[in-house]
Amino acid sequence: MEPSSVVETPSPTVSQRDQWIVESQVFQIYQLFSTIPPNAQSLMLELQRDKHIEYLSKGLRHLGSAFSVLDANRPWLCYWIIHAIALLGETIDDDLEDNTVDFLNRCQDPNGGFAGGPGQMPHLATTYASVNTLITLGGDKALASINRDKLYGFMRRMKQPNGGFRMHDEGEIDVRACYTAISVASVLNILDDELIKNVGDFILSCQTYEGGIAGEPGSEAHGGYTFCGLAAMILIGEANRLDLPRLLDWVVFRQGKECGFQGRTNKLVDGCYSFWQGGAVALLQRLQSVIEEQMVEASQSFTKSDAPDEKESSAGTSSHATSRIRREGISESCSSDVKNIGLNFINEWRESEPLFHSIALQQYILLCAQEQEGGLRDKPGKRRDHYHSCYCLSGLSLCQYSWSKRPDSPPLPKVVMGPYSNLLEPIHPLFNVVLERYREAHEFFSGL
Amino acid sequence: MAGKIEDESNDRVPLRLRPEWSDVTPIPQNNGPNPVVPINYSEEFSEVMDYFRAVYFANELSSRALSLTAEAISLNAGNYTVWHFRRSLLESLKVDLHVEREFVERVASGNSKNYQIWHHRRWVAEKLGLEARNSELEFTKKILSIDAKHYHAWSHRQWVLQTLGGWEDELNYCSELLAEDIFNNSAWNQRYFVITRSPFLGGIKAMRESEVLYTIEAIISYPENESSWRYLRGLYKDEATLYVNDTQVSSVCLKILRTKSNYLFVLSTLLDLICLGYQPNEDFRDAIEALRTSDNEEQDSDIARTICSILEQVDPIRVNYWVWRKSRLPQAA
Repeated sequence: MEPSSVVETPSPTVSQRDQWIVESQVFQIYQLFSTIPPNAQSLMLELQRDKHIEYLSKGLRHLGSAFSVLDANRPWLCYWIIHAIALLGETIDDDLEDNTVDFLNRCQDPNGGFAGGPGQMPHLATTYASVNTLITLGGDKALASINRDKLYGFMRRMKQPNGGFRMHDEGEIDVRACYTAISVASVLNILDDELIKNVGDFILSCQTYEGGIAGEPGSEAHGGYTFCGLAAMILIGEANRLDLPRLLDWVVFRQGKECGFQGRTNKLVDGCYSFWQGGAVALLQRLQSVIEEQMVEASQSFTKSDAPDEKESSAGTSSHATSRIRREGISESCSSDVKNIGLNFINEWRESEPLFHSIALQQYILLCAQEQEGGLRDKPGKRRDHYHSCYCLSGLSLCQYSWSKRPDSPPLPKVVMGPYSNLLEPIHPLFNVVLERYREAHEFFSGL
Repeated sequence: MAGKIEDESNDRVPLRLRPEWSDVTPIPQNNGPNPVVPINYSEEFSEVMDYFRAVYFANELSSRALSLTAEAISLNAGNYTVWHFRRSLLESLKVDLHVEREFVERVASGNSKNYQIWHHRRWVAEKLGLEARNSELEFTKKILSIDAKHYHAWSHRQWVLQTLGGWEDELNYCSELLAEDIFNNSAWNQRYFVITRSPFLGGIKAMRESEVLYTIEAIISYPENESSWRYLRGLYKDEATLYVNDTQVSSVCLKILRTKSNYLFVLSTLLDLICLGYQPNEDFRDAIEALRTSDNEEQDSDIARTICSILEQVDPIRVNYWVWRKSRLPQAA
């Protein structure tokens, strides 16, 4: 910050003021951290496992009346809590496990899909949360409880001609709906041409001039929707249709000096974007060859010449040709190809440097997002909640494994911030379930 | 019962005591004997939802059911099933949607970050059609005056413009918001939306010249503002040649480089331009040379590599990205 000069500096805008307030809170923490001895630093960096598990387990058994506003989101509460516990390498009691399977079954609509609570209408987001919860629990009982045929029917009913999906009967259409539908269909092995049809067109129309992806065509690029859009495109085999270099550039610039990620340009850091944005970068890293192809293509579309008009048209032709290929997708996606995308994505892993700053992000999560009494939060000054606990921990896992040769190879101690006991379970970055659980589910459903 | 006592519950007559509900048997939630994530509902909440389930499962399209949905929504505005049923009721009872709109507005005042409210609002506006246009634009403007980056409000506003029109003042509105806060990325996004889609403006090609001028002025005032740089790049989407050849772009880059401050986005933009084929002249080489801080840094004849090296130093949070960009540079000619 430059000191004010003789000329009167204008008063800060709302964006500037809000940003400086958060920066000062965050830097205060980092400042304190830098002044204390190494032993104390180690303590500060410790992931409060026991406290987090206590907070999470409690929520599974009992929630106060303030949670009435989440009465149509109970499968989400299950997923946030159970996935977070799984990341911490713990399991829940058998009775709780059975009760969860039973409860989610009561949320399952006889005509397909899972609702926000027993007796409510099925909804794509709560379907995603339910399915991911059951996969995280694992075991035949949990996995077999999903009525795949009916679920497929539900998705077909939600499918729209423009390629998108409605979140529920007559509900809103957006990129989240695409991701929740495609993600579930993929992992349950019910993804087909009918569900895939035009999804790519819809998501493509949601990529903005900034490079990120919005919820609907025309809206602002946003971290949550960017993850959803990118993951969905990968799952249908059409990621190459996006402007990936621009997407990557937008996402990496969402990590600021606070070390965490913001959701949108010029907005505030928030722990949950550790997963949405960090996850998007992790996905993009697996698409490096496509990104490089697109960068080469872009550099070739410009030609310098003495006769700019003439050359422009021929350059225009070639870039039109390549962008036509990009629009139509390099290969026709067909059912047999998409069936194994999720599995191949992690099996064809190559070692690579993370393109975001993994240590910095870990620093934000451990020092700014943890509540000492258990649970994780958006930022200092905000209260903990189960959603942020889930996504901060998911982001932390991503960071820890971001250098790994294989998606589940144990990382070297130097890439794990704080004590090595901070190490979490690895996830499948397309679905955000613990990798081992995903593999089990994939095997279970691939024969069906 | 555990939980705080609301003022209203002292005046509120429980449904089971209301004569107009005496014929209805409330249906408890099918939570099962050992539910997980069980919520300790207030008595009022349980009762309202038990009666809701009764009318919902019976598909009772009556005015008492309509009132009940209002009660349910006030207790949990996120229950999309209740909203959905309310829409069926509104249609079958042929309710005046102007009145409904006021209802939504009251609910929204406590709850504006809620998908269901905005979806319902869109549904009502769609039914009302053109006559709803001004009130919808006013409503979103009101929300945006409190939170100028409210995601749902902006989406709704965009939907209104595309479906019902009202584009005439929108570019002005964006300019007003940007005058208040040049860092408001939502307003920049809206600006892009307007110049590309407004039927009155002729599209991006027609608007490009004036928009470049506007944006460059914004860049000069606040070179550290990422929004304006991304917008500038966006003006040349799919037109790499025009972008590379626009001397206004290169000259604002040079101007800011020479101030030796707030040049992060200048360097990033230059790097992109070079990757697209731009060839910086001597002035640029000198200005970039002047930024190199240490003598230990290798002298690089390739200006793009130099830029990457500088970025690795001055933008450490993205060091891995700049290293990767450097490795991906086209071979020096």
